[in-house]
Amino acid sequence: MASVTLKEVKKSYGDISVIHDVDLIINDGEFVVFVGPSGCGKSTLLRMIAGLEDITGGDIDIANERVNDVAPSKRGVAMVFQTYALYPHMTVYNNMAFGLKQTKLPSWEIDSRVRAAAEVLHITEYLSRTPKALSGGQRQRVAIGRAIVREPEVFLFDEPLSNLDAALRVKTRLEIARLHQRLGTTMIYVTHDQVEAMTLADKIVVLRDGRIEQVGSPIELYEHPRNTFVAQFIGSPKMNFLDHSDLSPAAAKALKIDPKAGIVGIRPEHLQSTTVAKALISASLELVENLGEYALVHMVTEVGRELIVKMERPPKAVAGDLIHLTADAGTIHCFNSETGLRKQPTSRKNSKK
Amino acid sequence: MSVVGQSTKFSTVALPVLAWLVALVFFFPIFWMMLTSFKTDADAVKPEFLFIFKPTLENYINMTENYDYWRFAVNSVITTVFATAFSLFVGVSSAYAMAFNPGRHTKDILMWMLSTKMLPAAAVLYPMTFLTKSFLNLFDTHFLIILVLSLINLPIVIWMLFTYFKEIPKEIIEAGKMDGCSVWGEIKDIVLPLAWGGLASTALLCFIFCWNEAYWTVRLTTTDAATLSKLIEGNRAPEGLFFGRLSAVSTAAVGPIVVLGWFCQKQLVRGLTFGAVK
Repeated sequence: MASVTLKEVKKSYGDISVIHDVDLIINDGEFVVFVGPSGCGKSTLLRMIAGLEDITGGDIDIANERVNDVAPSKRGVAMVFQTYALYPHMTVYNNMAFGLKQTKLPSWEIDSRVRAAAEVLHITEYLSRTPKALSGGQRQRVAIGRAIVREPEVFLFDEPLSNLDAALRVKTRLEIARLHQRLGTTMIYVTHDQVEAMTLADKIVVLRDGRIEQVGSPIELYEHPRNTFVAQFIGSPKMNFLDHSDLSPAAAKALKIDPKAGIVGIRPEHLQSTTVAKALISASLELVENLGEYALVHMVTEVGRELIVKMERPPKAVAGDLIHLTADAGTIHCFNSETGLRKQPTSRKNSKK
Repeated sequence: MSVVGQSTKFSTVALPVLAWLVALVFFFPIFWMMLTSFKTDADAVKPEFLFIFKPTLENYINMTENYDYWRFAVNSVITTVFATAFSLFVGVSSAYAMAFNPGRHTKDILMWMLSTKMLPAAAVLYPMTFLTKSFLNLFDTHFLIILVLSLINLPIVIWMLFTYFKEIPKEIIEAGKMDGCSVWGEIKDIVLPLAWGGLASTALLCFIFCWNEAYWTVRLTTTDAATLSKLIEGNRAPEGLFFGRLSAVSTAAVGPIVVLGWFCQKQLVRGLTFGAVK
């Protein structure tokens, strides 16, 4: 087990800079998820930790040792690739044993490690097959098995679930969470899916354009997003953003919404219908998506702003009807309209930049 | 395959017939040559004896007894085998580097290598002869022929291997790196097994090209390193055109390579279908 420290890490390809001075501390045994839209540099950052990409500037330490110039296999890390990257010409057994054979471990030790990992991942019966004869989910297990047998200090996952279908994704996600619970090893996980991030992470790192936007526990990010980007990225459906001028002045005052806040953010699950007198905002119903468990109600305000409200039951209204909405004071987020930064203080000092 | 299912007369009868016709047209000169090799020189030039003649082995006996066929054949084997091996060794290393660690000028290098094939060989005939004869003292040596054959074929070998290596997903190589493979280990345990079909077809093609090469082997040898191409050439010139003998020599020269191609056909097709990575 080991901690991972990134100090002013930079990466550029020629004149194009893709990672800008990233500082990050990943504690021993932590499950950290890098999340962000595509092209934000999350995979590049992971590959830099793995040693598959050179570091243009700064330092990466693993277990308090600078690893900038250490070969990938000597860093004590193991990686699970998005495409699995299994060796197609080798059996499942050899795929898992290949790395161990490079280390010149005695063959009985290799055998016992491979069999133990296969047992854990329920792939013992496929050991003599080639990857071609396996389903996507089974291949994914082999890829994870290949990482496990090396007994790394840090696991690196590069969007490991994105090639699986939805049902399998949920199942495998759970298995990865169990694996972390059991091994207690430091894990770094890259995804663009915020649900994976929320469910798996001890700590989420939100990236945009090669910069860290916010670091914190899932609940911190959910409750106290540092800016509008994080606020929109975390949570599904996305947070609704309103202009302060859209709100009813009386209700805004009653809810103590900062009058200087240009942007007011309210999550769909926090908006609730109310009476005209108490309405913070009113909007006309456009469409209802009924998911049984809850309903997503799409509305449009008077000035044409779109709103989504998550309701337990679909409203008894038809398209075009005006619905009055409000929210609890504690669930309303205020942001500066120019910088997009949060107006209220964040709960803890969790952001590095 | 959209053709499957609509079994019209055209696809079941006409197409195979057409294919056979084309194949026959291509094969006919070789067939003719083989037939002629069993005729006497006198019969060979008479068109009325095309199919009906008295077969004789005289040409073949003459060829092995008086023209030292085996020495030429051994030279051909030596130069071809070593040139192919050397080309593959250099080719695999270069193609690996260019496919998996491309630099800014990799494309330019590849294009430049291909451009050397555009140079007419005759243009460098004089410098090559002069250099090897008077300067390097390599004229008519196996070493020279092996070197020249390798250099001629390297662009094609590298291009072919490069394309085959390119098909291997980069992540698999990266997984190898994570697993602690050395560069040689990556080539031996990952790249070559995955590109096995490509490697086989490249090797075979290179072998055929080396074996068939005539321009330089004829001009840069006299006796010591002379290959079968030189033998054919030699039988043409000094005593006029003796078709029977020339055909026998030619048949004996192309024979080995045709047989090799025939045997490797299965391996090649297998390699090409099994070589698919995904």
